[in-house]
Amino acid sequence: MTISQGTRHVGQPLKRREDLKLLAGRGRYVDDLKLPGMLYMAILRSPHAHAKIDSIDLSLARAAPGVRLALSGSALEDRIGPIVPNWIIPGSKVPVRRVVATDRVRFVGESVALVVAESLAEAYDAIGLIEVEYDVLPAVTEEQDAVRGDAPQLHENVPGNITTFYKVKGGDYEKANREADQVVKLRVVNNRLIPTCMETRAIVAAPEPDGTLTVYIGSQVPHMHRRWIAETVRIPEHQLRVVAPDIGGGFGAKMHLYPEDLLCPYLARELNAPVKWWETRSESHQSTSHGRAHTEDLEIAFNNDGRILGLKVSTLGNVGAYLSNMATGGPTVNTVNFGTGTYKIENYEALSRVVVTNTVPVDAYRGYGRPEGAYIAERAIDAVARHLNLDQVEVRRRNFIQASDFPYRPYGSTGVMYDSGDYQALLDKALEAFDYEGRRGECEALRGNGIYRGIGVAAYTHMCGMAPSRRLAPGGFDRGGWESARVSIDSSGRATIYSGSMSQGQGHATSLAQIAADVLQIPLEDIEIVQGDTRQVQAGHGTFNSRSMAVGGSSVHVSSHRVITKAKTIAAGMLEVDEKDVSYSAGAFTVPGTDIAPLTFSKVARMAYVGHKLPDGVAPGLDETVFYDPTGMGAPSGVHMAYVEVDPETGIVDILDYVAVDDVGTLINPRLAAGQIHGGVVQGIAQALFEEVSYDSESGQLLTGSLLDYAVPRAEHVPNIRSSFQQTPSPTNPIGVKGIGESGSIAAPPCMVHAVLDALSPFGIKHLDMPLTPPRIWAAIRSVREGDAR
Amino acid sequence: MIPAAFDYVRASSLTQAIELLRDNPDGAKLVAGGHTLLPALKLRLAAPELLIDIRSVAEIKGIEIGETHVKIGALTTHSELSASEPLNNVFPIFRETARLLADPQVRNRGTIGGSLANADPAADWPAVVLALGAQLEIVGATGRRTVPAEDFFLDIFTTTLAPDEILASIQIPKPKTGTRYAYRKIRHPASGFAVVGVAIAVRMLDGVVDEASIGITGATNHAFVGKEAAEFLTGKALTRDNIDEAARMLSENTECLSDRYAPAEYRANLVRVELGRALLELSQ
Ligand SMILES: Cc1cc2nc3c(=O)[nH]c(=O)nc-3n(C[C@H](O)[C@H](O)[C@H](O)COP(=O)(O)OP(=O)(O)OC[C@H]3O[C@@H](n4cnc5c(N)ncnc54)[C@H](O)[C@@H]3O)c2cc1C
Repeated sequence: MTISQGTRHVGQPLKRREDLKLLAGRGRYVDDLKLPGMLYMAILRSPHAHAKIDSIDLSLARAAPGVRLALSGSALEDRIGPIVPNWIIPGSKVPVRRVVATDRVRFVGESVALVVAESLAEAYDAIGLIEVEYDVLPAVTEEQDAVRGDAPQLHENVPGNITTFYKVKGGDYEKANREADQVVKLRVVNNRLIPTCMETRAIVAAPEPDGTLTVYIGSQVPHMHRRWIAETVRIPEHQLRVVAPDIGGGFGAKMHLYPEDLLCPYLARELNAPVKWWETRSESHQSTSHGRAHTEDLEIAFNNDGRILGLKVSTLGNVGAYLSNMATGGPTVNTVNFGTGTYKIENYEALSRVVVTNTVPVDAYRGYGRPEGAYIAERAIDAVARHLNLDQVEVRRRNFIQASDFPYRPYGSTGVMYDSGDYQALLDKALEAFDYEGRRGECEALRGNGIYRGIGVAAYTHMCGMAPSRRLAPGGFDRGGWESARVSIDSSGRATIYSGSMSQGQGHATSLAQIAADVLQIPLEDIEIVQGDTRQVQAGHGTFNSRSMAVGGSSVHVSSHRVITKAKTIAAGMLEVDEKDVSYSAGAFTVPGTDIAPLTFSKVARMAYVGHKLPDGVAPGLDETVFYDPTGMGAPSGVHMAYVEVDPETGIVDILDYVAVDDVGTLINPRLAAGQIHGGVVQGIAQALFEEVSYDSESGQLLTGSLLDYAVPRAEHVPNIRSSFQQTPSPTNPIGVKGIGESGSIAAPPCMVHAVLDALSPFGIKHLDMPLTPPRIWAAIRSVREGDAR
Repeated sequence: MIPAAFDYVRASSLTQAIELLRDNPDGAKLVAGGHTLLPALKLRLAAPELLIDIRSVAEIKGIEIGETHVKIGALTTHSELSASEPLNNVFPIFRETARLLADPQVRNRGTIGGSLANADPAADWPAVVLALGAQLEIVGATGRRTVPAEDFFLDIFTTTLAPDEILASIQIPKPKTGTRYAYRKIRHPASGFAVVGVAIAVRMLDGVVDEASIGITGATNHAFVGKEAAEFLTGKALTRDNIDEAARMLSENTECLSDRYAPAEYRANLVRVELGRALLELSQ
């Protein structure tokens, strides 16, 4: 689609400009990089969940063909690290995490030794020759087990395996509990997931002739990686260049600091040669961060009319063996702060405990904490409806935060504020698109024929784009909330935009250009977006927390405006009129009410660079950089509905329909927005129905070590997703957008669970934990049937 | 993801391939489509010193529709089995099964011979060749032998093939007219392999079952024939009651596998439900 000048680009469903290269196989990923003299690193990983390392013999590996270096942790201990988290909730106990284990391993997959060789095959052959003697210790993998008194202890400085206690309180839950007609308790498990990017992690560190170091890494946060690598490997930050080329998916997993991110830069400098590491799929399962892994105990106090008076939550967040980058923030701030969801629950009390176990570290994964928080709120409201036998839609209506309540602080919270929204309207749109009444009737009618259909509903809200910067300090989040954008106009009037955001499939080259095109009023083809190179892009925080449009997009918007302001000054000089008489439209400066010929943007740009006729005091150039720090966070919301049929004989769930109505504020590009919803919903459906990491609770072995046993969603698993939007602009940023990236993965899990539970309601089944696999559903039905028979 | 080093020979005849197998008794492996073997090599679960690629062995390729038998070369890929009109005119179950097996990439490379020789307890073709009463033609240093499919599968990943033998072809007696087939499969959500797969062939005569045969995969250590259930059905009409009884019989007589995903009771249930549904399909 081409857009004539003067038409707004924002709001148009443009196709992604970056797709052709990616679809034609011309994308450039880290593993595509082959530098002269490049060496390859391979890592020997612990086969035990918990063990003392008695000895490591590297002699055979060192003598193997092509091997340049073989090291164990002790050789690195004083050189690199330790790895410190970037988000540390105050009061947390932070265990020491070595880059390579020295005396003890704490999860299957932890790095124990490494080899650098001239070829990848030689590196792999050589790690097979390393001999390690372990003294195996008892392991603990489940959060409920890890907090028991007799549980194996992972770290001396983390007594009871709990690193962090975090409390939230608003109103008076105890009073609500006393006054409520009923109180129901529910334990819900948020299953552990593996992010499973199509592109596994990869890194190349290359020493440059001038003594600097370039690190190529599939990073969602290139500037953060530069800082972390610099600090941990002790390289002056300005001598380090981090380049993030095309990225095959991140979902949060590529925004943390991993041992390999530090080893390659260190080894490249030691060996004075480029060093590459590339993660195999099986390694990815046991070394890249996992997601979710919570257990929450809920206590819901409500009246017989379905109104919830109070909610009490106790969360155990399993974070694996060490505190990964943001680990203390997920089960705490990101989860329990949002435990009341879209509902007005004024009496709220939550305690979250962050628990270490002998498993892969758990960190951000699409939604990070918000899916768990929404699951609390949604399973709670669903429990109320089920308990009272009330319509699930009606119960939501009665408890919703109303449109007139915004901006709304749930349970009087100081940290959480929902800026805007209209949940009743979202619900109405969803019900209509779904044909709720019709299908309700259909479900009832079919039950008589032994056909079990069910309808699921889930509403969500959360907050995106952590900001403003000064508000992040008290929570222990050691970074800012701003984003930067440089809009650089060349002497022909075309724009290159350097953005600190980092696309990993979201389509920023299209959406950020749409934002700029509207302000600059130049064609999309005249705008290039540059991301992912710390030498080119001034500064930034990258892409996570659905922040890139709200924060990154706003910074592009503001700096584009600055460009136009300056161009206007220059134009006024060229036209010899007063600046305030000049207006800018359709890509040209005009003086309304006169017959002065319009002056095109490109002519003004040329003047800015030749500098021949600039007004006094105006410097040459047309190039503006903005560090934009938002005033607050936008709160997207949505209502999703699913229609399923459960085969009671096999437990198989057939998804007949899925409707998503989301309010993400102003839509920059409805096509890309729908794509974000689709992707998130697919991941959410997978979490609800079949994705689950399993560990052997005795040995701590990872049982879902490959894609043969760990189910990721495929086309055959998911329905056609019908996505539509409501646009309530966010007052927190100049373009009115809210985050979108995480919505689907937040809404879909409870939505699917509710649909299945609705279908199973004739059996009296009120709760099942995810994933709702056919064997699990079948077993639940069978136990009811057997109970009936008895 | 990086296999250990190995030598590679592309054999041009069965004789050559067998000689190579005999000369390297411990360290050689045949490779056909490679879609089972290569993943094992990459994970270093297998590290043969020599790979003998048999894809150029013309003698074990192709599909022949003979007078009395249909002969399928071991190297025939899943896609070829699905695409062949002459084959599917006789045995439409090949297309029906191939459609449910893996994805197009795997189907384009993987072979029926490799699948049978590998004897994965959850593979699809074993159930089909059992239901069709196939004979497996095996060639070794001492000559040729033919084994009924029923005697071929011994245990998990174990067949009657000796280390220096090659599965050459699958020979299936042509059916009596009016025989109908069905293959039903419940897939594992991750691997796509069969949690349980049921292949059946049924011929009706005058409203009752004249001949029936049943092959089951996924449920136990190796695919097997549901003989009792088939015998029970013979001479009976495919009524709801008879179907239920046959399904129950088969399910109760099967000692099912249990794993993290599907406990034995669930598999036994699937054997019952899927056989019942397959028979119901054919009764209509
Ligand atoms: C992603 C994926 C999904 C899959 N899904 C399914 C599925 O749903 N259902 C299913 O049934 N299968 C599935 N498979 C397996 C696939 O069908 C394999 O191709 C097949 O099982 C093996 O055939 P091959 O030709 O690839 O054998 P190879 O990998 O070449 O060989 C397998 C083994 O058999 C031996 N061998 C091969 N040919 C002969 C022969 N003629 N004589 C003696 N020994 C021989 C080899 O030495 C080796 O040990 C899947 C595979 C993959 C990778």
